[in-house]
Amino acid sequence: MASTPRIVVVGGGSTGAGVARDLAMRGADVTLVEQGNLTHGTTGRMHGLLHSGGRYAVSDQKSARECIEENRVLRDIASHCVEMTGGMFVKRPEDSESYFEEKLQGCTDCDIPAEVISGERAREREPHLATDVDKAISVPDGAVDPFRLVVANAASAQEHGARIETHSKVTDLLVESGEIVGVEVEHGAKSGERVHGVQSGRETIRADHVVNATGAWAGRIGDMADLDVAVRPSKGVMTIMNVRQVDTVINRCRPKGDADIIVPHETTAILGTTDEEVEDPEDYPEEQWEVDQMIETLSELVPMLADARSIRSFWGVRPLYEPPEVGSEDPTDITRDYFLLDHEERDGLPGMTTIVGGKFTTYRMMGEEIADHVVAKFGMDADCRTADVPLPGSEEFSVLRDYMDEFGLRSPIGRRSVERLGSRAEEVLGTGEPNPVLCNCEGVTRAEVQDAISQAGADLNGTRIRTRASMGNCQGGFCIHRLAGELHPEFDEATVRDSWDDLLQERWKGQRHALWGNQLQQAMINYALHATTQNRDHDPATHPVDFAAFDSGPGSDRRLGSDTVGEAADGD
Amino acid sequence: MAIDSEVLVVGGGLAGVTSAIAAARAGADVRLVSYKQSSLRQASGLIDVLGYVGDEVVVDPYDAIPELHEDHPYRLVGVETVRDAMALFDETVDGYHGDHTETNALLPTHGGTVKPTARYPAGAAEGVASDDRDTLLVGFERLVDFDAPLAASHVEAAGAPFSADGVTITFPGDLQADAKVTRYAKLLDQNSPVAVDGRKVDTRSALAQRVASHLDGHERVGFPAVLGDDHTDAVRATLAEELGVAVFEVPMGPPSLPGLRLEDRLFDALDRSGARYEVGNPVVDYEGEDRIERVVVERNGSRVPYSADQYVLATGGLVSKGVESDREGVREPIFDCHVPHPGDRYDWFEDGVFDDHAFARFGVDVGSDLRPRGASGSVEFENLRAAGATIGGYDFAAEKSGSGVSIATGYAAGRAATEDLT
Repeated sequence: MASTPRIVVVGGGSTGAGVARDLAMRGADVTLVEQGNLTHGTTGRMHGLLHSGGRYAVSDQKSARECIEENRVLRDIASHCVEMTGGMFVKRPEDSESYFEEKLQGCTDCDIPAEVISGERAREREPHLATDVDKAISVPDGAVDPFRLVVANAASAQEHGARIETHSKVTDLLVESGEIVGVEVEHGAKSGERVHGVQSGRETIRADHVVNATGAWAGRIGDMADLDVAVRPSKGVMTIMNVRQVDTVINRCRPKGDADIIVPHETTAILGTTDEEVEDPEDYPEEQWEVDQMIETLSELVPMLADARSIRSFWGVRPLYEPPEVGSEDPTDITRDYFLLDHEERDGLPGMTTIVGGKFTTYRMMGEEIADHVVAKFGMDADCRTADVPLPGSEEFSVLRDYMDEFGLRSPIGRRSVERLGSRAEEVLGTGEPNPVLCNCEGVTRAEVQDAISQAGADLNGTRIRTRASMGNCQGGFCIHRLAGELHPEFDEATVRDSWDDLLQERWKGQRHALWGNQLQQAMINYALHATTQNRDHDPATHPVDFAAFDSGPGSDRRLGSDTVGEAADGD
Repeated sequence: MAIDSEVLVVGGGLAGVTSAIAAARAGADVRLVSYKQSSLRQASGLIDVLGYVGDEVVVDPYDAIPELHEDHPYRLVGVETVRDAMALFDETVDGYHGDHTETNALLPTHGGTVKPTARYPAGAAEGVASDDRDTLLVGFERLVDFDAPLAASHVEAAGAPFSADGVTITFPGDLQADAKVTRYAKLLDQNSPVAVDGRKVDTRSALAQRVASHLDGHERVGFPAVLGDDHTDAVRATLAEELGVAVFEVPMGPPSLPGLRLEDRLFDALDRSGARYEVGNPVVDYEGEDRIERVVVERNGSRVPYSADQYVLATGGLVSKGVESDREGVREPIFDCHVPHPGDRYDWFEDGVFDDHAFARFGVDVGSDLRPRGASGSVEFENLRAAGATIGGYDFAAEKSGSGVSIATGYAAGRAATEDLT
């Protein structure tokens, strides 16, 4: 085929962003559409584990092998998103000895570097481990920031000519003469410039091929062309602690089970998880027992968790898939492998490929396989380069140390900024302007926030995921109004207020699951600041007040006449 | 030997101090003990009495109090007690305006909107929003808690009867990027010369010069609340004189200088009242059955008994840890007074950030005598009263009633404790 194929990728999670980058690098004309912001779906709701493969070394060795392979690739191409914490599978006295041996053998079989260490050695590494932990298997697990990784993939795709449209929901698949030829999209209609790319309105995007990379939502896209994609969404809870009780990924060494992993992530530790099938990936119960189970069960491994401070919990929905003929009863039995569904082969409807299943760690490999599949369809002669070319921010990593000297960034804040930005540090921080800290919990400066706004527009949630601002202890209590201030005057006051309200509500959503002890105190402080001092609960811009009825000051002759009764300019 | 007094007040915030002053003025021998800095440093320094009942904004708090539910602290102590308590505040605490009327004022705050309040510091007085003078708001480039151009647009969107503009300037002198508000205040207090275009100019004048070129006919200028600490009136006066227009401060969040100044003034008033006080050691325990015989203060690792005839519990609410919780429940930590709360933790909150949260009303349950009551409704201790945010059953943040409830219940508890002296 002579012309450049036009590809629409639906879904802005790790898989979609990975496919978009891969295809754009191979020269395709790519448009990525995402209904929320990048990582809106499952990618933004995972525990941040960079798998060594150890977790699957007994139950699913194909996945385990893929994990260790991609683990090595990501350390290289996404170094600014990865923290190689190392991991351990720890065994308590009541856990099965034979399973421990199987795990060790499985790691060996899958080329996962694994070493048995004693309970004492394990506690030397992680002093808060329970005193009765017998022994552990040490593996190269790590932590990865899914937001940063997806943003970097999208940025790379964009550098290679891709168009990225967030807050743009696919409302229909275009089917003409027995072929899918594009998508109908509804662009976000929030006030002002809240979206990346086109604002509001409908658009028909024609394509030579559509890639459905919507994970747990893949069935909904399939339905639009009467295709049966039987994704089995399965929810899992993640509970975030306010500090890192551990600096190493701690896995419980026993067969599948809930509440068996602790991942140190930036300033926090994330406890996970559960595995329960749900009907609707957007509407499922988030329940107290799940949070309590995380804390109670994982405190068997790290006892101090029982009385530690949690700052929020969130749930993610795994896009599990298995061929219909398998018919697993329990979602924990469903494979973590991924499946490429060519709808021409499978359903006789050309023009779309769906990717389902899989896991975050192998997102790049999945992207490569889909891209191979797509380019083959169009007879393009282009090899995958995503395993070799570093992502923006991870280029010339050795230069990083020089930046830190150059900018005098020895302070903890400077170091954290540079770690987040990687090789983009100079471009972002070297503004020559004063650079005060806006988010004290996470040490995020004005320069980083401005950089994020230049990418995310007025969507403060987009700025949040790029910078971690508002993701620490106070959950935005002290910084959300500062972040809002950074949007002005580029965005008008009404847009800023709208985005400010959205971030307040988004932060509240997760905190609800951590409201006891210090975090309940924090919630009350935040409420007092936002409602009492800022009056955001009865903001007179939306709850009009009659200015003339109020005190005009001591000894004042300026009392307003009734003709100057104030009215909200834009009450909605 | 226990350290002895007639009335012992536990807690050094607005409620505790008011209670101690009220008791001392009624003739009691009073001692106040407080542990950490009070939550005043987080508060705006405005003295709210009642700003909202439900979603309705309140013009006259005294008119609106009867609309509150009958167990609200204001209803328990009665409207006249609220008036008397505010009169005590006006008489004893310097530097506040608003007592010329029972009508609320609308004050601009750093969130960029206005809020109803009953008393405001002199420094904020020229900023009252029911005043049609055009306003220039000034922010400082590195002071991230106040974005003046956004605040100006926001206050206009709120329908204020004046036009507002905002400008962001660089504060004169060498300030590091993350200078604290107290650092700005200190520079203005000291008024040391700073270099401007090679010349030495006093800090206040240098600031006025930077603002002057933006005045453009505005009749008043609002700054973030950093205009001095010890000499705030002088700082404001100098700026007003040099600019030739009225100058005011916009109250901000923590750390809040107006809140810290209020704390200083309260403790000055406490001093003058003759009550004794000590700060820095927690009350950790008590002895007694139906009556509290003594409380135990932890001082340098040792347990020191303090005895009194009457006690006032004014340790604050969730914010100040006068009320604590864990995954199992909610309690008052010193006397273990009953704190009503839903058994299911997921009923403590609602789904919207500003919905009607149960946790916002957590606190001890009191009757009209302000004595904490147990789950069965019986009085926990005959000589213990509660005041301020330790009391539950009202949402001070939504109502904008925190200061007024602290003053009213502090006053009532201090007076009642004195009347009950045996």
